[in-house]
Amino acid sequence: MKTPPRLADRLLRLFCAPHLREEVLGDLHERYVLRVERLGKTRARRRYWRDVLAYVRPEFIKRKPDQFPTPTNTTMIRNYVKVAFRNLVKNKAYSAINIGGLSVGMAVAMLIGLWINDELSANKHHKHYETLYQVKMSQTFDGHRGTQDAIPFPLGEELKTKYQDFKAVAMYDRGEGQHSLVVSNQKFLKHGVFIGEDAVDMFSLTVLDGDKAPLKEPYSIVLSDETAHTLFGSQNPIGKVVKLDNSVDLKVTAVVAKQPTNATLQFDYLLPWQLQEKIYNWIGKYHKTNWGNNSWGVFVQLKDGIDPAQTNAKIKDVVLAHLSNDPNVRKLVKPALFLHPMAKWRLYSEFAEGENTGGFIRYVRLFGVFGLFILIIACINFMNLSTARSEKRAKEVGVRKAVGSGRKQLIGQFLSESTLIAILALVLALGIVLISLPAFNTLTEKTMAIEFGNPIFWAVVVVFTLFTGLLAGSYPALYLSSFNPVKILKGGIHIGKSASLPRKTLVVVQFTFSVALMIGTVIIYEQIQYGKNRPAGFTNKGLLSVPASSNLMTHFEALRAELLATGAVSSICQTNSPPTEIWSSNTGWEWKGSTPEDKSAIFTTITTNYDYIKTMGITLKEGRDFSREFATDSSGVILNESAVKRMGLKHPLGERLRWAEKDRTVVGVVPDLVMESPYQAIRPLTIVFENWTSYLDVRINPAIAPAVAIQKMTPIFDKYNPGFPFDYKFADTEYEKKFNYEEFIGNLSAIVCVLAIFISCLGLFGLASFMAEQRTKEIGIRKVLGASIANVWGLLSRDFIQLVIIAAVVASPIAWYAMQKWLDEYTYRINIGISVFLIVLVAALLITLVTISYQAIKAALMNPVKSLRSE
Amino acid sequence: MRRSDLGEFEEVVLLAVAALSPKAYSVMIAEELERETGNSVSTGAVHAALQRLEQKGYLTSQLGEATAERGGRRKRLFTVTALGGRVLSDVRAVRNRLWDRIIPNIRLEWS
Repeated sequence: MKTPPRLADRLLRLFCAPHLREEVLGDLHERYVLRVERLGKTRARRRYWRDVLAYVRPEFIKRKPDQFPTPTNTTMIRNYVKVAFRNLVKNKAYSAINIGGLSVGMAVAMLIGLWINDELSANKHHKHYETLYQVKMSQTFDGHRGTQDAIPFPLGEELKTKYQDFKAVAMYDRGEGQHSLVVSNQKFLKHGVFIGEDAVDMFSLTVLDGDKAPLKEPYSIVLSDETAHTLFGSQNPIGKVVKLDNSVDLKVTAVVAKQPTNATLQFDYLLPWQLQEKIYNWIGKYHKTNWGNNSWGVFVQLKDGIDPAQTNAKIKDVVLAHLSNDPNVRKLVKPALFLHPMAKWRLYSEFAEGENTGGFIRYVRLFGVFGLFILIIACINFMNLSTARSEKRAKEVGVRKAVGSGRKQLIGQFLSESTLIAILALVLALGIVLISLPAFNTLTEKTMAIEFGNPIFWAVVVVFTLFTGLLAGSYPALYLSSFNPVKILKGGIHIGKSASLPRKTLVVVQFTFSVALMIGTVIIYEQIQYGKNRPAGFTNKGLLSVPASSNLMTHFEALRAELLATGAVSSICQTNSPPTEIWSSNTGWEWKGSTPEDKSAIFTTITTNYDYIKTMGITLKEGRDFSREFATDSSGVILNESAVKRMGLKHPLGERLRWAEKDRTVVGVVPDLVMESPYQAIRPLTIVFENWTSYLDVRINPAIAPAVAIQKMTPIFDKYNPGFPFDYKFADTEYEKKFNYEEFIGNLSAIVCVLAIFISCLGLFGLASFMAEQRTKEIGIRKVLGASIANVWGLLSRDFIQLVIIAAVVASPIAWYAMQKWLDEYTYRINIGISVFLIVLVAALLITLVTISYQAIKAALMNPVKSLRSE
Repeated sequence: MRRSDLGEFEEVVLLAVAALSPKAYSVMIAEELERETGNSVSTGAVHAALQRLEQKGYLTSQLGEATAERGGRRKRLFTVTALGGRVLSDVRAVRNRLWDRIIPNIRLEWS
């Protein structure tokens, strides 16, 4: 073996200055060879080591100082920038595709980022974010454990007085909260909450003006700054009087700042908790000490340092303890209280069988993934186009290498070039975000804004841009710089073939994302349409609901007569909830053959008196509506089909039922009415004859236009309902709102999908034009030999079509699985058929063909004389 | 001219460069010195001396051809500059003058 000790060499390389290494190593090796001949291998090796160690001197260790330690002269950097810009300008189409695609991707990612940030930061503006909780309750009915916000009225007082863990407790009413406010003859309908006085401190509401503890007085009202402005304009509202629901005068004690839109606690004004008892005598009568009626909610704040788990254990059985006389409650219902922390209010609000199952966070995650997808697709575009065009830059790389560029410098050049493009794209993306933000805010019903003054925002943006630039530039940078200059300059390098596999893989990845998104979006829309097509069982067109005040109720008959006399109204009825909602559900029904356990079965409840079926436009299955002609109908009940099934009644008409200490007779059966979620199973419904009216349903004469009808009705309502603006809601628009959530998800994913396809197609367009250009000569020869335009078109399209088919094959099962999981949440849902996948595949192929055909046909039409002239 | 900046080893190396010119490089010089003195001389010491001499302007260097036994590495060839030559002859003249002043019989006693 003639080589000297490797270890010694390695040691030398370690300490010896790089500029001396060559001569030093050369000397050592030469001398080693001489010594081996003279002294033999062993001694030569030993001497070699000694010689190596002799080089451990400062002269050899000291590195040569950099020739330009501080380059004041930025020629090379300027050259990079100049070359980058020249390249951008020279290939205008490519540059537009590159920058445009990347900036659209970045803009979408940014918008989604803003949205996620808004969702995640919800409620964080409250100072006591960490210690605020809502008390929730789980109960079992009909074998299922459900969880609700609603708790009994006396709970607040009990928690406050008997438990030391709480720093503050605030009860609130869970009602719809629309009340009329009257200020000097002006009437406003605004959303308010009855809430305990602790709330102002608990939620750290900013008192802009007035009393710092403003809810102590029962006859007081706290306005948000926005409401104060609507009611009083520029006048100082403190001490002014507001009339609530045409019944009591309240003094404005404070003005607080409006809550941000992503806060859970929303209000136009706050009312003192004690005021409720003063204006609603039924509260004192039925609820003040009733532990069995769950209609209210409670917020609590724990003292600092208290472990919520301990408090949970303490309060778990508070409600149960008060109801322990009832064996059903003890054995079956088993109400259990627990604390739900503020951090989970917005995004983790769903419970199933007593367990927190997440909630909206699902969609936050989903759209986070979407954002990432889009960004990746845009980056893939960039990488693909850059590598595809690398052949054009190969000569530049060759020349640079020949002139003396190192690999590192080339990598630096390409990375800085891609970062430069990323920065350009960022500027464009910021522009796009600024322009589209108002529309995006409308879509998402938020008030998001870019916080330009926020250093965190800039940090994220810079990191994000660098990440994008470096990720997008990494492949071309590493790849281009690895070319051998001799081969490139000889002109022999053909990178088209070797680089096509990774490029094809990237295209497949890109299209897999796009196709999966397309399938998902189609399925979401199909599901929405399916829900919309579900027969509602009643006619929601031309149906109005009006909140019933006490004035309207006392003069109901007169009101009815006058409305019918106008001819604009064909029918009117009283009910306890608007047509598109069911607010009441009850247990305790008994029927022929019911067991004691059946008493815990839940039936939803609508209370009404006459004309309900007629007004709602329901076609009865059996029997009849409550009628004035039958005196016994005041103890009548109408069931829906689910209720008949639940009770197991063979011949429901005339059956005797018992509920709320009253015997009731079934007079009719209605079909399963869709009044709650159109995607869930219809719950058994009882329509009972009671006067718990809080709404009037009005059927407009179909011969009269709704606007005209409203015009005719307004003076009559104003007459019988002083102190309230005429407030009405169309049932059909309310019904549409049931699809809001799904439509929001559908629209958002449709937008993401369209953008994903757009960006992918941009990339495809660029790639196709590159391929066509690369194969110009081949196409020329083919044409000379007799290929038709269709031949050439097929030749160029085939490759891409293959890729898209592969992508569809990969994407379909993924999308199927994901969408199946999504659909699992709905009881009333579509079955995913094969047709969706076929439709999407065909659509994807068509889109691909249209995208590449322009280039393919352009190439096919080219005159072969021109393309072959140069040879 | 400060002659004191020329150390003894440096002087020998400088002489060796002059003697081996135009093929003077560290391995050659080290081998030569080893042969002449009988002591082992490392290329490291020689190389360091050469660098110092070059720095002082007594030598110039350029990279020569690569050879196989050097593993394809080039060697650094040194040549004496005019200044180096003058210094060498100066040193030599001083020594000669001193030698000449020694009485011949003393010389005889040595031998």
